Amino acid sequence: MPLLWGRLLPGGVLVLLAALALSAPIYEAAWGIDPNAVDLSQRYGQPSLTHPLGTDELGRDLVARLLRGGRVSLSVGLVAALMATAIGTMIGLLAGYFGGKLDALLMRLTDSVIALPLLPLLIVLAAVDLTKLGVPAAIAQSEDVSLYRIVIITGLASWTTVARLVRGETLALREREFVLAAIGQGAGAFRVMFVHIFPNALTPIIVAATLSVGNVILFESVLSFLGLGIQPPIASWGNMLTHAQETIWSAPALAIYPGVLILIVVANCNLLGDRLRDSLDPRSVGR
Amino acid sequence: MTRFAVTRAIEGLIVLLVMSFVVYGLIGLMPGDPIDLMIASNPKLTSADAQRLRALYGLDRPILERYLNWLTAALQGDFGYSRAFARPVLELIGPRLVNTLVLMVASLTVALIVGLAAGLYAALHPRSLIDDLIGYLSFISISTPTFWLALLLMMLFSVVLGVLPASGMPVGADTGLGERLRHLILPVATLSLASAGGYTRYMRAAMIETLGQDFIRTARAKGASEMRVVLRHGLRNALIPVITVIALDFGALFSGALITETMFAYPGMGKAIYDAIMANDFNLALVTLLFATLTTLVGNFAADLGYAWLDPRISLAAGRAGT
Repeated sequence: MPLLWGRLLPGGVLVLLAALALSAPIYEAAWGIDPNAVDLSQRYGQPSLTHPLGTDELGRDLVARLLRGGRVSLSVGLVAALMATAIGTMIGLLAGYFGGKLDALLMRLTDSVIALPLLPLLIVLAAVDLTKLGVPAAIAQSEDVSLYRIVIITGLASWTTVARLVRGETLALREREFVLAAIGQGAGAFRVMFVHIFPNALTPIIVAATLSVGNVILFESVLSFLGLGIQPPIASWGNMLTHAQETIWSAPALAIYPGVLILIVVANCNLLGDRLRDSLDPRSVGR
Repeated sequence: MTRFAVTRAIEGLIVLLVMSFVVYGLIGLMPGDPIDLMIASNPKLTSADAQRLRALYGLDRPILERYLNWLTAALQGDFGYSRAFARPVLELIGPRLVNTLVLMVASLTVALIVGLAAGLYAALHPRSLIDDLIGYLSFISISTPTFWLALLLMMLFSVVLGVLPASGMPVGADTGLGERLRHLILPVATLSLASAGGYTRYMRAAMIETLGQDFIRTARAKGASEMRVVLRHGLRNALIPVITVIALDFGALFSGALITETMFAYPGMGKAIYDAIMANDFNLALVTLLFATLTTLVGNFAADLGYAWLDPRISLAAGRAGT
């Protein structure tokens, strides 16, 4: 990729979009709009002064829905990617540091998860009845539970890249003098892993985390699109597209905006990850 | 080589066995159970009847025992009945598996031809205008949600241009081959466009790395033609890492197939999984999921063999270390 877009431009785009999404309440107050207010007399409204981008199939303001959806999609992406990074880092550190049987076991597990058809499994996980797991019905049926559920599910699906990267780094760092010195001074295994190895492996971890944000947002959007992720009335870019297939004849714009936003966010996460890797790792050939 | 293949096959079987237990457990956690559904459809059943039915179907036993019973039956070829279709699960899977394989193989072929050719071209002309263009396009390909790509293609070719059907693969035996192919165009286009970008990027990176190696310089120095250097010395070596990544991508390809099939109402395994889970059709969901896993594992296995064939060092190392 050429440097045309600048090294930090993808980050700038993401910050701008996040700022826009965070300003949803300001927009709603300024226009006097409730993003969840259904108004069936205003269905499929054309863009106007009161509704800058028009209204959706239930007469809700599209701009407000897009901003609210952005909050949800971006925060799910960030939190789930952090979770995936934490899991992957733990597994990678354990496998790389202890080696031997544990390493073989953890890496076979990682390889198996990578090879699995993940989406069908995520669909099953999303369909699991939480009350059967002993979660109190009051929580299992609350509105926000779909948010937490999707964070956990997409996080569980995205830790593998981080785990492999961290393992590789740990294998190399384990033989370095400062690590040997720490071991020689009697530092325990976990102290060596977290105080000496982890900070030095931070660079690839950050790169992998950035790339997994895009991945998580893609998973979130497809699960929400299929009706298994974020549940209405909470808006997410994925579930805003759920009815798009029926409305492509009458209101094609409804199918365009959320998809374009997903594409912009995911592409910029991937670009940022690529750029970071290239600046931080001189050996990488991705340019 | 044989030893390598046998080890990989055994590993695959273990993964499949573990998966079957995990999926069995997860399916049991889905809303409702078969008896609840029977009661819902037949209000005359009393709670005493429900108890008897539960005992009859073994639903009151511990999960491990139920799983072992299911496994014993499954190993004898009895996968149970589908609730929604009231037919043996195995009968339903056959044609759907074929449809999915047609979709996946066709898409993989298109994606590989496009991806490897584009990646190779970009690697041979680094930093040219076309290289940049290929770079941008592959970036868009890996960043676009597959279901949205399907929507866009549907909009363009079915709504605006009106030249291709938006959904509904005809299932009757009287449908001509041409009609079937027409219904395949958009699903295959969706799935291959979604995967081609990744392949392009792998191919380009691997080829650039290989062309920078010493043995390429040696080959040029001894006077090999540029064609021979690129194809015989460069491409064969560059393909090794590319094949690994493609093998690891089979799972993603199946996930893409699920989305594509659901979007285009294409009667394959992916749509069957989604519909079965949505309709609480436990037996069908379980078996379709396992077949999906099996398909991916077989794809992986095939790629592993291809890998060993391309790189003779691997089978040697495997023979010595026994891994």
